[in-house]
Amino acid sequence: MKIMGIVFSNIHDKELGELAAKRTLASVPFGGRYRLVDFPLSNMVNSGISKVGIVTKLNYQSLMDHVGSGKHWDLARKNGGLMILPPFGEEMHSLYNSRFEALKNIVHFLKRSEEDYVVMSDCDCVCNADFSEIVRYHMDRHADITVVYRNKNISEGKERTVLTLDKNERVTDVTVSDKLFGARSVYTNICVMNRRFLLNILENSAEHGYKSFSKDVLGKGCKNWHICGYEHKGYFATIDSMANYYKHSIELLDKKNRESLFHNGGANIYTKVRDSAPCRIEDTSLVQNSLIADGCVIEGTVINSILFRGVKVAKGAIVKNSVVFQESEISQGSKLNCVIADKQVRILENRELSGHETHPYYIAKNVVI
Amino acid sequence: MKKKKCIAMLLAGGQGTRLYALTSRVAKPAVSFGAKYRIIDFPLSNCANSNIDTVGVLTQYQPLILNEYIGNGEPWDLDRSYGGVHTLPPYQAKKGGEWYKGTANAIYQNLHFLNEFDSEHVLILSGDHIYKMDYSKMLAEHVANDADCTIAVIDVPAEEASRFGILDFDADKRILSFEEKPKKPKSNHASMGIYIFKKEVLVNELVADEKDPKSSNDFGKNIIPTLLAKKMNVFAYGFQGYWKDVGTVTSLWEANMDLLGENPLINLNDPNFKIYSRNRPLPPSHIGAGGKVLNSIMTTGCEVEGTVINSVLGEGVTIEEGALVKNSVVMRGTIIRKGARLNYAMIDENCDIGENCLLGDETSNKNSITLVGGGVTLKKGTALKAGQIVEREE
Repeated sequence: MKIMGIVFSNIHDKELGELAAKRTLASVPFGGRYRLVDFPLSNMVNSGISKVGIVTKLNYQSLMDHVGSGKHWDLARKNGGLMILPPFGEEMHSLYNSRFEALKNIVHFLKRSEEDYVVMSDCDCVCNADFSEIVRYHMDRHADITVVYRNKNISEGKERTVLTLDKNERVTDVTVSDKLFGARSVYTNICVMNRRFLLNILENSAEHGYKSFSKDVLGKGCKNWHICGYEHKGYFATIDSMANYYKHSIELLDKKNRESLFHNGGANIYTKVRDSAPCRIEDTSLVQNSLIADGCVIEGTVINSILFRGVKVAKGAIVKNSVVFQESEISQGSKLNCVIADKQVRILENRELSGHETHPYYIAKNVVI
Repeated sequence: MKKKKCIAMLLAGGQGTRLYALTSRVAKPAVSFGAKYRIIDFPLSNCANSNIDTVGVLTQYQPLILNEYIGNGEPWDLDRSYGGVHTLPPYQAKKGGEWYKGTANAIYQNLHFLNEFDSEHVLILSGDHIYKMDYSKMLAEHVANDADCTIAVIDVPAEEASRFGILDFDADKRILSFEEKPKKPKSNHASMGIYIFKKEVLVNELVADEKDPKSSNDFGKNIIPTLLAKKMNVFAYGFQGYWKDVGTVTSLWEANMDLLGENPLINLNDPNFKIYSRNRPLPPSHIGAGGKVLNSIMTTGCEVEGTVINSVLGEGVTIEEGALVKNSVVMRGTIIRKGARLNYAMIDENCDIGENCLLGDETSNKNSITLVGGGVTLKKGTALKAGQIVEREE
């Protein structure tokens, strides 16, 4: 059973607003030391996949810097390994606008491959899942497409792909809408297909007028093909807005969520190693219910917060309910509440900044306040 | 192939008997240090930061964990197509084979490695010390002096001088005398056990030394005194900075404590001189709502619900609620259960310290560290006195 992986680095960039303004969704920092791309990459590697293509579109310097040769995910391989798939096409040809167009861009890559199965994932899917189990399920069911879904209660009006499944977990209807609420089966944007089947769809897309993966391939396809659902029951976070980014970050302070995301049956999440020193917590500090990464130096108060690598919190500073990215500094006497501070932010002395749980206050990279 | 300017030979075969339970199953260079490191990370990272890309690591005692840890050398940028890190254990040859008899003999048995790379100079290192040093500066002085051998030297407090190899040198830093552990030291210039030799000189001396049946085949006892007796060009290279032997329980504990405080004695956070290590992929540490951490360092994957004061926590350490860890070093993967109290203790990797255990007491101090070897499980309520040592039976 040979499987290859495709990771979409840019889908849903816009929904994250400023967090992804100058980077791909894939390279948005998450969980104190990770980037979103670490989750699909680690899941693939933990599932025995050793060939992964990352589909990129715009602003992917930070992504390339992060993944490098792929060695931190054991993806620096002679056969397969990690491949960045930049936009491909004629001059003046506009960049793709949907997942389906992105896939058409990588037809060559898919053709040249010899794996039987393709697992596709977006970068806003923060979970710890064994894809090989899903592929086995896909094989056992002789499915054409297997889509991973979650049963959840929808309360916000965001566009989602909602599935209707029969008692055999076969998908009978697909609705893409922002008006469905309540208990629903929501597609996670993780799916498995036979590579040849995928190529077939891509090559015949013009005749069938396919433009969107969810609306056309799944929506129309579920009438003709055998599309199966696979329910993901563990921790899952969809990072599709600033508010959700904040909510899911703070969620990690709950041990149950950390266990499910970082230690699921011994499957670890890998990331780029930075060789920071251990974090140092001083005599003058107070740290409660917080995640602290290596390289931090804490002299002040940190409560219900997540500090990425190399953050400095000076004496008398108070950081509450906040997410502070790599190498930011909070000076003496400053108070932060419900703040997301991007990389290398400097908060000078005695500043007070506060957002609200549903509207965290975001400070852009390198800003001095 | 292009000749290398300088390669390093790292002596990592020592048992480290004075670390007792900590070295029952691992060689001294593989002992955990400073939350996320092992002792050998320091010489290896120094090499990486000094543009030395070829390192032979001579192993002998309990090499399994050390070998696994070094692996292909990737964490230290020593995974090279030409050069890189090589572990060099004793081997069997056509005319028999033998264990490494001494530091010089260990290098002698690997002359083929020196000849393969045929570098102009050879740097000899040991895996017993915590320090940050740019060897390229020492090499530059060695070359400028046209020295046959250069010895790194650090000034030690006069009262401790008799524990070291003591050197005496003139205004040009030419070494006049060398005495191993003298009763009445002539100076406080101590040898750091770091040597750079011209490769030809080293090869000749090792071959000659091997032929001498009376020699104990040791750099400090034999090779260096012989060079001086022959009036060869032997120079001192002065080193200022943090340098600490971690060969005893007390000194290893002290070196760990040197990482604490607002201005630690050794800065591990210098982006231009990082100390590299091989680590498990774990999430950041979580300090719980009831946890309390003061004047301590920790690395990834810890879960702290109890109280940690003046201590060092390694990867993935768990401190349950009501536990108190004070003046202690807890190494990777260990769990300290509810209500356990530690004072002046060092707990090796993967131990399970049961509920309400008492390790150390009010009388404990740095000279009476309570030591628990790797993989030990202590039953609920076990009490260990100051200075007591426990290790896994097998």
